[in-house]
Amino acid sequence: MSLQLDGVTLTMHGETYIDNACLTLEPGSFNVLLGHTLAGKTTLMRLMAGLDRPDRGRILVDGRDVTGEPVRRRNISMVYQQFINYPTLTVFDNIASPLRQARVARREVTRRVEETAAMLGIDNLLDRYPQALSGGQQQRTAMARALVKDADVILFDEPLVNLDYKLREALRHEMRKLFASRHTIAVYATTEPAEALALGGTTTLLHEGRIIQSGSSDQVYRAPCNREAARLYGEPPINLVAMRRRGQECHIGKGALPVPSVWQTLPDGDYSLGVRPHHLLSVPAAEAGSPGRQSGSAVDSAGEVVWRFPAYVRVAEISGSETFLHIGHGDLEMVAHLEGIHELDVDQALTMQVACRRLFVFDAEGNLLLSPSAPQPSLSRV
Amino acid sequence: MTLRKSLVMLLYLLFVLVPIYWLVNMSLKSNREILGGLTLWPTAPTLDNYRVIFTEPSWYTSYLNSLTYVSMNVVISLLVALPAAYAFSRFRFLGDKHMFFWLLTNRMAPPAVFLLPFFQLYSAVGLFDTPIAVALAHCLFNVPLAVWILEGFMSSVPKEIDETAYIDGYTFPKFFVRIFLPMIRPGIGVTAFFCFMFSWVELLLARTLTSVDAKPIVAQMTRTVSAAGIDWGVLAAAGVVALLPGVAVIYFVRNHVAKGFALGRV
Repeated sequence: MSLQLDGVTLTMHGETYIDNACLTLEPGSFNVLLGHTLAGKTTLMRLMAGLDRPDRGRILVDGRDVTGEPVRRRNISMVYQQFINYPTLTVFDNIASPLRQARVARREVTRRVEETAAMLGIDNLLDRYPQALSGGQQQRTAMARALVKDADVILFDEPLVNLDYKLREALRHEMRKLFASRHTIAVYATTEPAEALALGGTTTLLHEGRIIQSGSSDQVYRAPCNREAARLYGEPPINLVAMRRRGQECHIGKGALPVPSVWQTLPDGDYSLGVRPHHLLSVPAAEAGSPGRQSGSAVDSAGEVVWRFPAYVRVAEISGSETFLHIGHGDLEMVAHLEGIHELDVDQALTMQVACRRLFVFDAEGNLLLSPSAPQPSLSRV
Repeated sequence: MTLRKSLVMLLYLLFVLVPIYWLVNMSLKSNREILGGLTLWPTAPTLDNYRVIFTEPSWYTSYLNSLTYVSMNVVISLLVALPAAYAFSRFRFLGDKHMFFWLLTNRMAPPAVFLLPFFQLYSAVGLFDTPIAVALAHCLFNVPLAVWILEGFMSSVPKEIDETAYIDGYTFPKFFVRIFLPMIRPGIGVTAFFCFMFSWVELLLARTLTSVDAKPIVAQMTRTVSAAGIDWGVLAAAGVVALLPGVAVIYFVRNHVAKGFALGRV
């Protein structure tokens, strides 16, 4: 079955929570809802589930309007961020509860509960009560209850947020396996771009109650439709730099560079450039010569224009074998994601560079004009 | 240190238990011994006083009357307060906060204020001198309390539990009885306990709204003065018997109220 949102709008207390959402979820698809907190992910899921009723718009299941239908009659299940189980029932009864409500035969209930529990690795805990379980086991119980009933739509509202890092990795990995062989529509809300990329499938970006882009995970990553989408899908978020084209020169900050071949089609005007943090490189002092005060250009070995600019170190965060470098350039603040450990002092002068063909170009309204032509180096490095 | 601590504990228990001991002590003595002088325990223990309580209809019926209206009151209070508390804890409606506070103001008035209206109203509709009259009158005080206590417990249950139940296919009544009520069992225990306590010890309304048929034990106990003077022994025995339901209730709810006395607002 497919689920379709048609111009769904929800306003509460004069505030718009969801603004004209149109979205089609294909049967058997794995959909990630990505957005900041308060972007409306939970609200959108509640609308899909039928827990809330939209003010305007329709929700269609296989083309049939189910907008006003109570949640009890829809075949959905939901897993919350908090670990929600019935504390007065054992794990077995918790998992069995949707089946019992659907009047499934007793033997069938036992079989399916045991099967689902085994799949999630909690089959040895069936006669315990949820309070006696660890957080991960509680969430597995909640997930088992959601999976056991063969729902048409399964909604996961940041289910892994309250778990520790290791468990999250493990459960996330299992998630994809669980859905590989199902015809269920899975919807998974998260605030983390890395999680969205790791899960893959279809990604829908939500920003302030609006759906700004929806498409396959790497398509959205490679060609975010506008500045918000680009900032949303990347951690650390993409850097945005103002650029003005005048004839055969591009002005960035106080410096100027010749128009790279990939930008030749752009008319004169104002643009903003999106710089992925991992595309920014620090130029060795020997190669850069004396750090100039102005940004300028260089030409790399392949004859491509490279934007090179002086910058000051604000903070260097070292995390394992990578460095997140917060740098200032004039009134511009940027984050660079460098491989390896770079111990840099605050206010140390650096020369940074980025190849122009790796830059996203947005028009003055923020819509995408050009995305990097070269394939992304690797998707795992967000 | 532990010795000193246990000494304090012992003294405390002694002071608390002395009146109760004295009551039991008296109930096992004859009137002559009670009036005769100070004896720390019955020199000639007798169960005559209890025999009077359990054989004389005026005593044991008043005892049953009390139990009747108290149980009625506990049941009515819970039946009314459970849905009300659920509404206050789960829904936002016009004036909900004001209404919630207004409920409590009912308890701020002394029961005597409601004496006259209840008396007149019940006489007019023919409820006077029935157990249900007292039970309903006590609801005025117990329902607000019950709503307050239960609301606290219900609000500590996440709303997502309700939603999960609907998603699982429960209807509202089924969810409420099978899932929700077991979750707030300590709260129900505490609420029942408070309702019981108020209703059991309340004297003024209970005495005024009854005369003969539904006379409660507390009223009966104030009417033991006869031509022969006060029957101390029987009165003491009545007192002991009147304590028992409280003891029984505490015994049955003790496991539920341990958490419950925090009133759910932990």
